[in-house]
Amino acid sequence: MELGPYIILGLLEGLVTAAVLSLMAVGLSLVFGVMRVVNVAHGEFFMVGAVLAWWIAGSIEGNPALGFVAAMLLAPPLTAGLAVIADQLILKRIGYDPERTIVATIGLLYVIQQLTLMTFGPDARPVEAPFNNRLSIPLLEWTNDGLALYWPWGLGTTSYKIAVILAALTLLVAIWLLMTRTRYGLIMRATQLDRETALAFAIPVNRVYASVFGLGAGLAALGGVLIVPIQQAHYLMGHDPLLLSFIVVIIGGLGSLPGTIVAALLIGLSDGIISIFFSPTLAKIIATLAVAFFLVFRPQGFFGKRAL
Amino acid sequence: MNLLSTHNLSRKFGGITAVDNISFVIPTGQVRALIGPNGAGKTTFVSMLSGRIAATEGQVFFDGIDVTKEPAHLRIRAGMAYTFQITSIYGRLSVFENVALAVRWQTSGDENETKRRVEDALAEVGISDRATQLAGDLSYGHQRLLEIAMGLCQRPKLLILDEPTQGLADSEINQFIRLISNLRGVMTILLIEHNIDVVMRSADAITVLNNGKVLAEGSPKEIHENAAVQAAYLGTS
Amino acid sequence: MSELKKSWLLHLGIVALLLVLQFVLPSYHHASMARIMVLTCYAMGYNILFGYTGLLSLGHALFFAAGMYGLSLSMQHLEWLAGPALIIGLLSGVVVSLTIGLLLLRTTGVAFMIVTLMFSQAGYLTVLYFGEFTRGDEGLVIQQELRSIAGIDLSDPTSRYFAALLLMTICIIVSLRVVQAGFGRVLVAIRENDERTRMLGYDIQRHKLSAIVLSGTMSAAAGACYCLLFGYAGATFASVQYSIFPLLWVLLGGAGTVLGPFVGTLFMFYLIDLSSGLTTAYMLIAGFSLVMLTLFAPQGLVGEIRRRGLRWLP
Repeated sequence: MELGPYIILGLLEGLVTAAVLSLMAVGLSLVFGVMRVVNVAHGEFFMVGAVLAWWIAGSIEGNPALGFVAAMLLAPPLTAGLAVIADQLILKRIGYDPERTIVATIGLLYVIQQLTLMTFGPDARPVEAPFNNRLSIPLLEWTNDGLALYWPWGLGTTSYKIAVILAALTLLVAIWLLMTRTRYGLIMRATQLDRETALAFAIPVNRVYASVFGLGAGLAALGGVLIVPIQQAHYLMGHDPLLLSFIVVIIGGLGSLPGTIVAALLIGLSDGIISIFFSPTLAKIIATLAVAFFLVFRPQGFFGKRAL
Repeated sequence: MNLLSTHNLSRKFGGITAVDNISFVIPTGQVRALIGPNGAGKTTFVSMLSGRIAATEGQVFFDGIDVTKEPAHLRIRAGMAYTFQITSIYGRLSVFENVALAVRWQTSGDENETKRRVEDALAEVGISDRATQLAGDLSYGHQRLLEIAMGLCQRPKLLILDEPTQGLADSEINQFIRLISNLRGVMTILLIEHNIDVVMRSADAITVLNNGKVLAEGSPKEIHENAAVQAAYLGTS
Repeated sequence: MSELKKSWLLHLGIVALLLVLQFVLPSYHHASMARIMVLTCYAMGYNILFGYTGLLSLGHALFFAAGMYGLSLSMQHLEWLAGPALIIGLLSGVVVSLTIGLLLLRTTGVAFMIVTLMFSQAGYLTVLYFGEFTRGDEGLVIQQELRSIAGIDLSDPTSRYFAALLLMTICIIVSLRVVQAGFGRVLVAIRENDERTRMLGYDIQRHKLSAIVLSGTMSAAAGACYCLLFGYAGATFASVQYSIFPLLWVLLGGAGTVLGPFVGTLFMFYLIDLSSGLTTAYMLIAGFSLVMLTLFAPQGLVGEIRRRGLRWLP
């Protein structure tokens, strides 16, 4: 394959990564924006979503699409429920203190991860996609008769991957509408801006926090469900996406939704491209150092208004 | 001899000018009060004096030296002491340890000298009997006295007190005014206050700020009779 | 008896107890104690920054690994002897902590924590990336015959135990001296209220940097000694897990106490040792403990003892 198609392939794969990453990052950003805490266990909610998807889809006989739809409908709410329990039992009790929350969520990370190891096991398990048609992608080229389409060998994607990208877009629009057009979104933004005043206006801040934490986890879980037909379900799969989400949220700017989406695109796409040219380890080193240096020298990221 | 002076000191935050070109002088040994309505720029101005925030323009001179670029901790070492507007003591440490921390860089390791200085300072503000208590367990009034003790113990040339009587009971305020008169002549004092009664009774001179500028300056009597000052406080200007 | 004397007696008493134990412990526990003592030094290093200065690092494995790889790489590839390699391990700790420290001074709170985590991750990934030299996860094994200083074979259990005890004693002495001196009290003041401390006349940036370097170097010393005494350096020691461990040990034992790190490491080591016999998911214990500690006992064991009575405990 020549360079051109290689890059396009990288971009396509990157778009899929960006799609799922944006869901996860928006979840993390919402939690930080409204609750002012960093949830280190966020990646585990992603993993739980994927594992639940495997379990639900596996329990339903017949057309894999049925099982998958059931997983999409059930796994995120179940994961959100788990998150709300964690919020009520742990986060609320420590008063959402930023440092204690980080330590507690690290603990939560290990608890969720290891319990999954004990029940699900150490193996990676696949989930069948609801539909999976191979699509070849044409490119344009100059021929003697003018512009014509041609299909480079090996350049293609699947219908499912396109669906993932579209699904993520739809969800992001839905979140945006939720934040800007609904009463719930208004309450969320009010709580984010000024907790004290929100309390004075009889906004049930604790319930808002619980629901936002649940929403964040649900988004991560949804990401997990979407990715699991492409990537298998594995108890450690939350680790890399967590790191990437961190990068996206910090570079995009905490609490800034458009910034998060732009950064997710940037990171997702460059991850796709960089993985072609560099070793994944080196790419991760660069990414990790980028986050560190951003926090040191430009803590508000590119678009953020407030820093950590 | 002027202990502290500023020259065209200004501070801008984005489009807002919080402190506008203030040139200000405190002669050595004076008890000076800085008053003004909320938002006048008092806290910003004093933060620039102490070094907590940097000036956008202008200079600060302390004891003959240009300290404009000096970081806060070095200004403290040069002879300033600063008490916070919102009580800022070490709640989980003992009263003794709170004051000891204030003075230890001066006594460098001589724990006997430290002990002497701490006991003197605690006696001066009247909380000697609470030396072993945890600072967080003290009443609000006593915590404010502890803050002052921490400043006094450093034997500063200039003691900056940021709203020291806020939240104090009347008896405690009287005690405070007595303390200030005891200190007169021993050190120069800059008092930021909202309580006009305290200011009238303890200050040698008063500077009134409004909208980031000096509105008036003079003796307590002069300020008391100044129409512009009254208008600023009542909001009719 | 003065509080100072009481402190020294208690701590040196514990050292003496450990000395005696050398002769009576059965071989499995003998080896475990040697490990625990070296890891305690790692925890003590961490405690200086977290317990006393109040700065929560999520990336201390970087320092531990700096010492470990400083030593092992110089022995393996430069063919240096153990003694000089140990110095290199220490120096690596100093250099890394100084560099990271200067950058960290620009951050506070949650940003500080994440930056430490990121640098540590980058360090771990770098160890993997240069697998050619470090053998990555598989790790480097230092030959037994090389692990001796001044003729003493450190792979021999008895010498190894004494070496670990020596390191721990040094770290206890350093910690006590720091904590009881003016420097240590300023660190505590910074932890309690750093703005107040600044306005009392202290250069808090310089103090924080010193705390980071001291903490990092002590951790690096532990890392270098661990490799020297147990003959192995592996990428796991640079991973996030090994950054979480000292946090866990210190929280459990008592942050801001000199003995807390030892108590926490001892307890957790055996707890995890026992549970890894039962299940591969032994990190569940670590996670669960972290949650419980944050919720109910942020003071830790020794911290609680101090709070409830023995106020003179440093």
